[in-house]
Amino acid sequence: MKFIIQVNEGPYQHQTADSAYQFTRAALARGHEVLRVFFYHDGVNNGTRLTSPPQDDRNIVSRWSALAAEHELDLVICVAAAHRRGILDESEMKRLDKDAYNLAPGFRISGLGQLIEGVVLADRLVVFGD
Amino acid sequence: MKIKKCLYVNRRAPYGTCYALEAIDMVLIGSAFDQDISLLFIDDGLFQLKKGQDTADLEIKNHSPAYRAFEMYDVEKIYVSKEAMAARGLKRGDLLVDVELLSDSRIKELMDEHDVIFSF
Amino acid sequence: MSILHTVNKSPFEKNSLESCLRYAKSGSAVLLIEDGIYAALAGTTFEQRVTTAMSELDFYCLASDVKARGFSSSNVMDGIKLVDYAGFVDLTVEYEKVQAWL
Repeated sequence: MKFIIQVNEGPYQHQTADSAYQFTRAALARGHEVLRVFFYHDGVNNGTRLTSPPQDDRNIVSRWSALAAEHELDLVICVAAAHRRGILDESEMKRLDKDAYNLAPGFRISGLGQLIEGVVLADRLVVFGD
Repeated sequence: MKIKKCLYVNRRAPYGTCYALEAIDMVLIGSAFDQDISLLFIDDGLFQLKKGQDTADLEIKNHSPAYRAFEMYDVEKIYVSKEAMAARGLKRGDLLVDVELLSDSRIKELMDEHDVIFSF
Repeated sequence: MSILHTVNKSPFEKNSLESCLRYAKSGSAVLLIEDGIYAALAGTTFEQRVTTAMSELDFYCLASDVKARGFSSSNVMDGIKLVDYAGFVDLTVEYEKVQAWL
């Protein structure tokens, strides 16, 4: 079965960022296809590579990156939500004339259309939020 | 592209959180993708439709005019819970747009009739 | 087939469960996750409400969230089935769509 997962909240503040990861991992382990994970609202904060938790805590961002590398997952960050919250990739940095970018490996920034398109193509939408 | 019946369920008041605003963005994009869109307002979500919102003092954008523009995007099915209206002391005339009032038992069916539910 | 409703809020803090139960149609299911699991515990003021709802809805609860919060299956009300994440995935397949009560 084809899934699209929507993540609405940032890491560490809400368990929902963890729940979405656990669910995605379980769906893949169950042999399902995860077409896309779409990060919306504060969920875009799951995609900053500057995340630096203490050593005894999980790294929520690199955990997503690793899962993406392993399963060729499409991790999409909503562009409008990302710009508001300071999540940029290299080309956006140049275009917006900023001095840094922070998008983590395995993530890409794109429009809300990616969520709608994913929902149309998928069999199930599962939303994780607060 | 395939057309799905999408129900946008709005349960939050505006301004206190970003969900109302981001739901509007999603409705407009859904419409651009020619999806069959219905909006449902239950719980505090129906405060989003209150007339006379003025955010000037807050320096936050007043996004309520967007609800009036939905018609131009062929988003015309706007449903509101009758019980939620009564519980909040609101009347049809307090709302920005023309809505269809539904009983909570009818809303159960409405959710069932859609292919996808977006939760805000 | 009908809807899998997920609730991730404690009923003591938010009205998510209450709204979910108001709008969940007979034959659909409720999965309690995160702080939502407090509604699954026996002996709370919500026990009666959930028991009444069980006549029309199937209730599930995420075991890892119960365990994390210091409770075990013996604290969960009779009639609520515990599932792991694989079981959560299976429920989303079994039901036609998922409605998150946030």
